[in-house]
Amino acid sequence: MKVLVPVKRVVDYNVKIRVKADQTGVETANVKMSMNPFDEIAVEQAVRMKEAGQAEEVIAVSIGPQQAQETIRTALAMGADRGILVQHDGEVEPLAVAKILKAVAEAEGPGVILCGKQAIDDDANQTAQMLSALLGWPQATFVSKLEIGSDEATATREVDGGLETIKVKLPAVCSVDLRLNEPRYASLPNIMKAKKKPIDTKSPADLGVDPAPRLTTVKVAEPPPRQAGVKVADVAELVAKLRDEAKVIG
Amino acid sequence: MQTSAPSDHDELRDALRALCQEFPSDYHREHASKDIYPEDFINALTRDGWLAAMIPEEYGGSGLGLTEASIVMEEINRSGGNAGHCHGQMYNMGTLLRHGSEEQKRAYLPGIASGDLRLQSMAVTEPTTGTDTTKLKTTAMRKGDRYIVNGQKVWISRIQHSDLMILLARTTPLPEVKRKSEGMSIFIVDLKDALGNGMEISPIKNMVGHETNEVFFDNLEIPAENLIGEEGKGFRYILDGLNAERTLIAAECIGDGYWFLERATQYANERIVFDRPIGQNQGVQFPLAKAYVNVEAANLMRFEACRRFDAGEACGAQANMAKLLAADASWEAANACLQTHGGFGFAEEYDIERKFKETRLYQVAPISTNLILSYVAEHILGLPRSF
Repeated sequence: MKVLVPVKRVVDYNVKIRVKADQTGVETANVKMSMNPFDEIAVEQAVRMKEAGQAEEVIAVSIGPQQAQETIRTALAMGADRGILVQHDGEVEPLAVAKILKAVAEAEGPGVILCGKQAIDDDANQTAQMLSALLGWPQATFVSKLEIGSDEATATREVDGGLETIKVKLPAVCSVDLRLNEPRYASLPNIMKAKKKPIDTKSPADLGVDPAPRLTTVKVAEPPPRQAGVKVADVAELVAKLRDEAKVIG
Repeated sequence: MQTSAPSDHDELRDALRALCQEFPSDYHREHASKDIYPEDFINALTRDGWLAAMIPEEYGGSGLGLTEASIVMEEINRSGGNAGHCHGQMYNMGTLLRHGSEEQKRAYLPGIASGDLRLQSMAVTEPTTGTDTTKLKTTAMRKGDRYIVNGQKVWISRIQHSDLMILLARTTPLPEVKRKSEGMSIFIVDLKDALGNGMEISPIKNMVGHETNEVFFDNLEIPAENLIGEEGKGFRYILDGLNAERTLIAAECIGDGYWFLERATQYANERIVFDRPIGQNQGVQFPLAKAYVNVEAANLMRFEACRRFDAGEACGAQANMAKLLAADASWEAANACLQTHGGFGFAEEYDIERKFKETRLYQVAPISTNLILSYVAEHILGLPRSF
């Protein structure tokens, strides 16, 4: 089976985010960009499926500007076989992403789509669910363990208060959680091989999708700066402050 | 920290940095303080192909140039590590690749690329002959299908963590050759076979916890097929590798330079004295700014040396100048960093005293700064020879 893995180019998780002066968004000029960490986990899972003989081909797809090719190359260096870049310079909201991925999935016919559960830039956590609905495929979200059978998959989900194990018919959409696996580092030979792997470029229009945003961002603001703490002399004073000032105990 | 390095290699750097982050400062500190070879770190670098960057693809490497190899060395040092534990392989491999027979390349390079074989050692220096290499006293005399080696070497690094070593020895006595640079040959020594069978080693405890040794040869027998290239031309083969070595070491210095500057800047921003960060004082700022300027300038010369080497152009001048500039710049950055930290710089847990000692070595090894100045004065400027 084919495995489709959407990968998003986001501000690197190590970067301290700065809000633009006009409060329309966050600064991305001259900021280090990387693959969304949850998508790395999805790529790792797909590559492991290939290594275990459960998948024949791993396809990485990214939606974004020309530079999103670099994100696809990272996936190829980890072991994906080929890439698809759906090139679009403006913002793409989860619904448009899901529509584009639906078109790609219909063209490629994957047995499973492995998404990161959310992207660390907008934390929307919507794409996998919307994609599953649009395709009419079952979904398994927040997956921390995944076993692929011939026509169904067993997924363990991280839910409030514990783990839930479900079975879904294939093809299915899975969104992966942090504890599913630990992504590998790309080795030098694989980085070199990745340079020769093919990347197709398409536009949203090629796939019949209008990615125009439906939401308007009103304002992006920094969280309030942390206030300095206070020192207390003893436990009695601490308890008094927690009760009378912070009002966190009765 | 922003640098002037070209962005073409960001992908390599990202992957390598992610790997190096698995081995944080305390890993390197612990290994250095106990004089333990960082086996896991070197194995991880080997497993992911980084130390085989320059081995051609047909032998299992990535077929890249000195530029990329130097980036590997730079990133190791920039991450807080010490590339001295593994840089031997990068330039020793080049000697084998350029001058070895097809048979030798097939016998050794794939194993070196996969990590099954380590070629980390090179034995040139002797107790009485350092840069005056042509006077070396170790001999290898042909006897049937073998060479018999006698003599002594010193400062031979990584021998306890290597499988193979390149050895330079005299095969024709000095009085019998027309030019003193003739009559020396290089050999591949299988260290496992040699140890206890005519080769003994004696480790030298030293300032930086680097694994380095005295080596004694007493009728060590080497199969004749281990001769690299033609007999008598070994000195020229060794010289070929030195430009690569110097450029790689320049890159290590530059990695150190950025490491010191990153640590110093962070500390100067955070350390509050008299209610303001010490980095607000120009007395703290200027030495760091000056060191940064010099590291950046050295970096430009390093990339020029790499470019020439990879294009097959003469690069002796650039390789030597890059080494001098980079070693001076990293030492300047080390001093500025230590001064910025004040007393805390001397505490082991800050890692500065360790890196300080490690980067001091580059003023001396693999070539001292004065000898580079001699080379520039006499070979580039055309001044009279002083030795």
